[in-house]
Amino acid sequence: MTVSIIRFGGSNCDRDAERALAHLDIDADIVWHEDGLPAETTGIVLPGGFSYGDYLRAGAMAARSPIMADVREAAADGTPVLGVCNGAQVGCESGLTDGAFTTNESARFQCEHVYLRVERDDTLWTAAYDEGDVIEIPIAHGEGRYEISEERLAELEDDDRVLFRYCDEDGEPSAEANPNGSKHNVAGILGDRETVAVLMPHPERATLPAVGPTDGQGILRGLESTDSSH
Amino acid sequence: MTAYTATVTVRLKHGVLDPEAETTKQALERLGFELDSLRSADRFEIDLEADSSGAARERADEMAERLLANPTIHDYDVEVDER
Repeated sequence: MTVSIIRFGGSNCDRDAERALAHLDIDADIVWHEDGLPAETTGIVLPGGFSYGDYLRAGAMAARSPIMADVREAAADGTPVLGVCNGAQVGCESGLTDGAFTTNESARFQCEHVYLRVERDDTLWTAAYDEGDVIEIPIAHGEGRYEISEERLAELEDDDRVLFRYCDEDGEPSAEANPNGSKHNVAGILGDRETVAVLMPHPERATLPAVGPTDGQGILRGLESTDSSH
Repeated sequence: MTAYTATVTVRLKHGVLDPEAETTKQALERLGFELDSLRSADRFEIDLEADSSGAARERADEMAERLLANPTIHDYDVEVDER
């Protein structure tokens, strides 16, 4: 099995993701977007960074690059897809997930550790946790405010598609613990299939023991439990 | 074929928070200006050739739908003028 980490011009967390996955013994290759998605791909990471310099809107250009048609097709077939930070913005812009990640309420780039409450423990991405667990993972973004109509968000919540919410140390999703003004403290959501997830925080930066908390490991482990038919 | 300029204006939907506009408003106030509110928008001026202004508008509409605007957060309008 090989996970494909899609590198766009301006991606800068692709090597972090590769190193973090290697630490977890998950085989992964960085794939240049113009080279297309390798047939042996068993999982996909859309990494963080500033693809296409965030021109127009963060993620807008990468979402419309040809490889994303392959990614959407693989996602529809059940291949796990994880979008992190800029990858989450690409995921929303490409229609893999609902909503949009836009300018932080502070109008500033924010780089800090945050707490997330695990909203479900029955997905690939959260099998390592229990529902209600509080995990510590860094964020680093200027456009991470989750925006969506109240009606659509209510539908997503009814469908149990919210995966993580920003919370305080005790697991309370308070306004104070919301770093960017995201609606209902949403930090990560699932796509139409639960094998597709996007989140603004960086699990690959919370995986190697040498660099701090390792609470992100469980999320990346979602890429190892792949369907053998792919 | 006639030469047109299609002007696509993309703005945040009513009710969607605009932190950059809010920051700009505060900066204007610091400069001593009085204002009630401020909204910002992106404007794209697209030169193209088409059989009719309707055809030019249709093409610009599709550009807005597929790339220039994000329907989750944006509204847009299109104006077409001969050039």
